[in-house]
Amino acid sequence: MSRGHEVLTVDGVSVSFPGREVLRRVTFSLGAGEFCGLVGTNGSGKTTLLRAILGFVRPQAGAVTFVGAGVGRSVGYVPQKISLDPYMPLRARDLVALGFEGGRLGLPLPSADRRRRVSAMLSAVDATGFADQRIGNLSGGQQQRVLIAHALIRQPNLLLLDEPLANLDLRSTAEIVRLLSRIASENRIAVLLSTHDMNPLLPIMDRIVYLANGKAATGAVEDVVRTEVLSRLYGYHIDVVRVHDRVLVVAAESEREGQEEIARAPAHVAEIP
Amino acid sequence: MRRPTWRRFPDSPMKLLDMIFHPGFFSSQPVHTALIVGGGAAIVSGIVGVFAVIRGQSFAGHSLADISSAGGSASFLLGVNPLLGFVVMALFGGAGMEIFGVKQVRERDLVTGVVTGAGLGFSALLLYLTVSTTSIHGAAITVMFGSMFAISRAIMPLALAIGVGSLLLVALLYRPLLLTSLDSDLARVQGLNIRLIEMLFLMMLALAVSLSAITVGAILSTGLLIGPPATALRLVNRPGQAMILAPVVGLAATWGGILLAYDSYGWTGGHSWPVSFCIVALVFLFYVASSLPWRTGDQPAAAVDS
Amino acid sequence: MAHWRSAGRRGRFVTGVPMFSGFMVNTWIVTSMVAVVAAVVGFFVVARGTAFAAHALPFSAFPGAAMAHVLGIDDFLGLGVFAALGVLTIAGLGRHARRDVATALCVMLLLGTGALFLSMTTEYSQEVYALLFGQVLGVPSAALLPVSALGAAAIAITLMLSRPLLLGVASTELVKASGVSPQLMELAFLAVLALATVATLPVVGALLVFSLMVGPASAARALASSPVFAVLLSVLFAVVTAWSSIILSYYSDWPMGFFVGAFAALWYMASRLILDRGVRL
Repeated sequence: MSRGHEVLTVDGVSVSFPGREVLRRVTFSLGAGEFCGLVGTNGSGKTTLLRAILGFVRPQAGAVTFVGAGVGRSVGYVPQKISLDPYMPLRARDLVALGFEGGRLGLPLPSADRRRRVSAMLSAVDATGFADQRIGNLSGGQQQRVLIAHALIRQPNLLLLDEPLANLDLRSTAEIVRLLSRIASENRIAVLLSTHDMNPLLPIMDRIVYLANGKAATGAVEDVVRTEVLSRLYGYHIDVVRVHDRVLVVAAESEREGQEEIARAPAHVAEIP
Repeated sequence: MRRPTWRRFPDSPMKLLDMIFHPGFFSSQPVHTALIVGGGAAIVSGIVGVFAVIRGQSFAGHSLADISSAGGSASFLLGVNPLLGFVVMALFGGAGMEIFGVKQVRERDLVTGVVTGAGLGFSALLLYLTVSTTSIHGAAITVMFGSMFAISRAIMPLALAIGVGSLLLVALLYRPLLLTSLDSDLARVQGLNIRLIEMLFLMMLALAVSLSAITVGAILSTGLLIGPPATALRLVNRPGQAMILAPVVGLAATWGGILLAYDSYGWTGGHSWPVSFCIVALVFLFYVASSLPWRTGDQPAAAVDS
Repeated sequence: MAHWRSAGRRGRFVTGVPMFSGFMVNTWIVTSMVAVVAAVVGFFVVARGTAFAAHALPFSAFPGAAMAHVLGIDDFLGLGVFAALGVLTIAGLGRHARRDVATALCVMLLLGTGALFLSMTTEYSQEVYALLFGQVLGVPSAALLPVSALGAAAIAITLMLSRPLLLGVASTELVKASGVSPQLMELAFLAVLALATVATLPVVGALLVFSLMVGPASAARALASSPVFAVLLSVLFAVVTAWSSIILSYYSDWPMGFFVGAFAALWYMASRLILDRGVRL
């Protein structure tokens, strides 16, 4: 596992909303070029964690630090989806262009340089075929690619994706995962991708942040995705079953079994509060 | 005014021109003023209106216009420039909308409706006071439905300032407005202040609305704000192109409406049609024409009604 | 009989007419009926969230009264025709996707037509004022029958359909499951709105119909959890609003529409305060 200098450090972040504690002292870090899966069921706090990292949500405790961001590079963000109004008069090409100049004041002057950069980005995500279609007419997978291009065109050193695979069919899922892996390793971009199903990411994940009950277990996949670790995280017995190359996380039936498993978690996994 | 002899087939180009542009059209002072002010309103509304339609804020535009009617009514009472009354009230209304804004659509429609009602009630009061304390006639008509041929030349400097100001704002905020219309998270990631942009847009909307209110009246001004832009958006594929086409459509409707209203004096024997009706009718016709399935090319896929 | 709003009356009370004289009795009766109808229908407008339609219908109906003046027919007939046109427009085009623009433009055209008709009358400005902001002086006994008939019909239909209407507030799926068509409900409710609008418009004016329907009802829904209780509260608040507006208008000579609009805003503000603080009855 590559250990470049840390690009993102999340240290003891806790977030609560009225009546609910969503995240409890989540801690992990990400190095340049590392591919990290943020895994958890619906409602486990994945989106909240991403929004806390982006600064949209202020944590009650803890801090988020970007190392190397001062060098002028930035954070790229791919939301799950954006408004699909078919009447919105913007082509995929225009959306990508807005990725690096959406905040610029004044009227956009025609620029050959901009056209070149946008075309290059579109071809990098294999979106050239539908670059001139209205974004509202794109399929789920096509929209994801365009959003990825939009996020990457500013050459960030960290890319955050919020459940990009949730609404995709199997083929699109595999394509997007391959695409992200290639881009991340070619450009040394750290990637944090949230999902509720870790299986599509198993071939390429360097590390995992597993969220349950507002707590996180982080580390290498083989260290975290184990019966003892997850049982301790959930607070009751969990079985981790491997079938061929796939992982199934299953809740157990008896409570007493659970208590015995919890005591045996390995020590080098990041501390579970 | 000599009645044009339009029953006979015109035997020269000059006669044809006379049929279209009734005598006195080009030399009439009120017509000049109407063409200039109306033209400015059409251009500004066309451009700002494209954003209003894209952002789904047409109801907000309608509400701003109704609220601004209170300002227009007040201007009669106070004896000031009516455009000033419209624009001040609209700006306050826009600021209020942003500050007290509600996010859910259902509740937002309710608030907007209630505030509009209160604003219109206030208008009612001011118009009543105008009638009972001044000798001004027809204030209600002018405020609600516009009196284009009665616009005073004194408003032109202010109209020019408002027009230029709103166009400058659009040019400045073009890309941030597009990005925030798409998705506010994407805009925030690039460091944009969403609330500030929303507020500035409402200010732009207020400026555009006040100009169209003084031409076609407060109640009908939304027609000029959303009609030509909606027409343009049905025909072209890029926001930039829409912002060029919409003012053209708006100008055609406004100038065409002025001409129709002027000519109607001759057709109806001395009782002309209101200019605002003519303009709104043309706006509507252009929209219907653009909605007909006669053109091929990039049309949006049918919307899924959920 | 047809144009009881002509002859220049704009809400100014003739001095010397006592508030409860025979002349004024009709005003009290008609306005009270109008308030009750507005309240009952308004509760469902607030509950179902059909503010846009409720706002657009009076604007569509208003030209009908203008046309009635020009053609010399009964006001209510003209209003009815244009309200029906409005219902067809809103039901046909709706508010989905970009269609709210289409609906708004159709309403604009109808309004423009109203301006055209009004320009053909002799008392242009006063007519505009009366139709937009209402006037309450000298409601003749001739208006009693149409207003009560329309109002009764609106209330009767609403009460008959109250269960699917309320169910539809929660979920259209549930309505379908109970064997009723949600589209039909939508259309029926629009028809009810049209009836209520035609009954209410001559008294409060096109621009304030919405306020009278929605203001008191929103305060009621904030205070009451049971629909029955909420409707009763709506009626109470609306009648109080109407009566206060008559009295204030009588003594100040200010137009009744102003008071209706102001009260509606106050009711709504009260409802937000209550809702945000969680008081429930």
